[in-house]
Amino acid sequence: MTARAAYRLPAHRRLTLALAAPVAALILSLAVASIALVLSGSNPFPAYGRMFSYGFELETLVDMVNRATPLYLSAVAVAIGFRMNLFNIGVEGQYILASIIAAQVAAELSLPAPLHLTVIILVGMATGSMWALIAGVLKVTRGIHEVISTIMLNAISISLVVAMLFRQWDVPDESLNQETAEIPPSGRMPNLNGFVELFTREISKGRVLWGFVIVAIIIGILYWLYVARTRPGYDLRASGINPLAAEASGVSPKRTVIVAMALSGAVGGLVGLPEVLGRDYAYGLQFTQNLGFAGIAVALLGQNHPGGIAIGALVFGFLDSAAPILDVHGDAPQEIVEIMKGIIIFAAVITYVVVQRRRQDEEARAASLAMASSEADPPAEGATDAAAPDSRPAP
Amino acid sequence: MTPALSLEDITKRFPGVLANDRVNLTVAEGEIHAICGENGAGKSTLMNVLYGMLPADEGRIVVRGDEVHFRSPRDALAAGIGMVHQHFMLADNLTVLENIILGAEPTGRAGRIDFARARRRVAELSDAYGLDVHLDEPVENLGVGERQRVEIIKVLYRGARILILDEPTSVLVPHEVEELFRNMRDMCARGETIVFIDHKLDEVLEIADTITVLRAGRTVATVKPEEVSPRDLAELMVGSELPTPEARTTAAQDAVALEVKDLSVLDDDERAVVKGISLEVRRGEIVGMAGVEGNGQVEFVEALLGIRAPAGGQVLLEGSEINEWTVRQRREAGVGYIPEDRHRRGLLLPAPLWENAMCGHQSKEPYSRHGFWLTPKAARQRTRELIAAFDVRTPGPDVAAHALSGGNQQKLIIGREMVMTPNLLIAAHPTRGIDVGAQAAVWETLHRAREQGLAVLLVSADLDELIGLSDRLLVVFRGRISAALDPATVTPRELGAHMTGAAADVEEPQPA
Repeated sequence: MTARAAYRLPAHRRLTLALAAPVAALILSLAVASIALVLSGSNPFPAYGRMFSYGFELETLVDMVNRATPLYLSAVAVAIGFRMNLFNIGVEGQYILASIIAAQVAAELSLPAPLHLTVIILVGMATGSMWALIAGVLKVTRGIHEVISTIMLNAISISLVVAMLFRQWDVPDESLNQETAEIPPSGRMPNLNGFVELFTREISKGRVLWGFVIVAIIIGILYWLYVARTRPGYDLRASGINPLAAEASGVSPKRTVIVAMALSGAVGGLVGLPEVLGRDYAYGLQFTQNLGFAGIAVALLGQNHPGGIAIGALVFGFLDSAAPILDVHGDAPQEIVEIMKGIIIFAAVITYVVVQRRRQDEEARAASLAMASSEADPPAEGATDAAAPDSRPAP
Repeated sequence: MTPALSLEDITKRFPGVLANDRVNLTVAEGEIHAICGENGAGKSTLMNVLYGMLPADEGRIVVRGDEVHFRSPRDALAAGIGMVHQHFMLADNLTVLENIILGAEPTGRAGRIDFARARRRVAELSDAYGLDVHLDEPVENLGVGERQRVEIIKVLYRGARILILDEPTSVLVPHEVEELFRNMRDMCARGETIVFIDHKLDEVLEIADTITVLRAGRTVATVKPEEVSPRDLAELMVGSELPTPEARTTAAQDAVALEVKDLSVLDDDERAVVKGISLEVRRGEIVGMAGVEGNGQVEFVEALLGIRAPAGGQVLLEGSEINEWTVRQRREAGVGYIPEDRHRRGLLLPAPLWENAMCGHQSKEPYSRHGFWLTPKAARQRTRELIAAFDVRTPGPDVAAHALSGGNQQKLIIGREMVMTPNLLIAAHPTRGIDVGAQAAVWETLHRAREQGLAVLLVSADLDELIGLSDRLLVVFRGRISAALDPATVTPRELGAHMTGAAADVEEPQPA
């Protein structure tokens, strides 16, 4: 009995298995991108060297984090759904709608700074949540698959609702840039330049580290706590793994769909706010789109794990912010980065499966080892003797 | 006469484990050779070696006098050995015909699949062996028995003359088992040789020409079915004397734990499958609900658990009506559940054991605090305790559930219900698909729990289990209770007759 209690895959083995997939994916993507570069007549090594040295300049790193922040939020939103096999493809529509409404509310309110910011963030979350809930309710009441409904809701949100609101709220001025009214200073997210500069040199070239990264970190921690440490989070995961067993264990399938969609949408509603509250102080034509779809890729890369998603978002942020240097020097077209991103996802998905199998094999072997080591005691007696003290029903 | 197949001194080691230790097996041409043994006795490893999925470390495989070395199942098939796995490997959205030829398609001009030729060949096979299938039906519409026939034809289509069937009956209901056995006899009559893995003693004794028993990786005996009793065979398998079911003494108390009044339930297609069932289970009593599957038991149990809303009638737990209660409320009130299919309704297979142990009790201590914050440390500790108490053979609580054998998974499920000291246990086919050793452990657990005042509703189709465990027997037939029998006096034969409806006309004048 002692032999069986002690065995478990050792910590270093589990870590190696966890890291194998992303590392392999990265190496493979570099290899494939190199081939593409050679074929198109560029030398990959100076290109990578340049990306690397430019990429690790302080200003580029600031860009990287600014880019990673919305990607992270978007990926967490998607991951909440993925955890119960719910595909929220609608983060795109949720965050764009949430952004314009939050921007407008922010501009019209005047409150003391911390409260003002909090209200804006809550408005964004509520809007995203409501929009996602439409898909959740449709699924629960009418059995409409969330992929279909969220894709349609994306179109409605972006092409109809946002377009109409934007016409309504656009403030005419002499510049050609169309924007909603400017958010007063009390509703803006303070930047973190001062904090970063405590540790390093001054951030130049007008770069600003958006304060919203703090919100993203908090969301990441809350997501981890929810999924790994709370009973509703367990219910969510259980439904994702085996909905029938979850149902028998007391999880209401309908309720879980509603909760997951609401939470996913709430986080989705935050995706556009780093830009709105950190850079533009309004919703305008320069607003970044497609973050909702990029989030799906990042969630996949990070395997829905809060830490994994953070790494994925930073890798994508790095590639996006370091790529422009390639065009500047003409080493290679910066679009090569898009190839790399594609290959990373592709390779990651494959290597995850390989690693997963490997891990299952090792576990199964460990379990059969445990069985063999306890072969000596006849099962019938072993079970009956020991079962007695624990099988006493309540009086 | 040269044997069709012989395995000589096969040894297979895994790191730290001797899975097969000089195993010998000789299978004569045209016979049905059963291999039986407990879970973990080395049956699957041996078959995987024979089928080319694992290389043997030592020993020889001889097929019809020639020594062979298989490196993959493809090599095994080329030598005329085919295997039907316990878990089917079919593409749901393809038709039966497409599934059968998948990977071995006859091609016509320009690489096009010659469906006409494929159809002729498959039809010949299915006629010749009496394997009845609908070639154009998508596999997703098929029942389990028919899926299995598709798998068998698939192997025959690839030219196998020696078939390995890995626990083929574990997924079948009794009449499907009969049909399978008929098919197996037909195949043997036409010269096929069958190696049949099973651990259900009565089945092995019924169908096999020769039985080889494995225990702890070794061949312990090769016997003829007419030479042994079921009890001898069981003792060969577990290697010890089995506990005898003791004479019953009633422990039933007056307090009624579960009362069901005139309950009606509809299935997914809105057909009435439970038509006014009433019953009572008192504390300290095991009430056996006997019936062939598909007589409304699944829906009845779902209604008791709160998964399915009843169409009429009442469910009372400890005297209070619980019709409107959610599943969680019922489980928190002490309703334990052993599902009829542990993979479908019971386990989170990729999740660690401790997360499986809390499944169904996640809102209670020690698994969570205030029904909200999980307490993984305490949950692991509780899981370790139940692993020890219920003899679940596993390296520890962090192993994923799919790494365990079926019997150990079942012991985990039973353990997780019993450690929470339920007031009422709904046990649906609690020993299906597990070996005799694990089965005896489960029976003993239920027996003891009943003596200590647990109310158990035992839904089963296993005659020995029903008669041996129950204090009262109710037969369910076509959604109604068709008979109430006394397990002390009823014979398995009578019970079987009631379950199949052969005796129902007397009990119930108008069956639906």
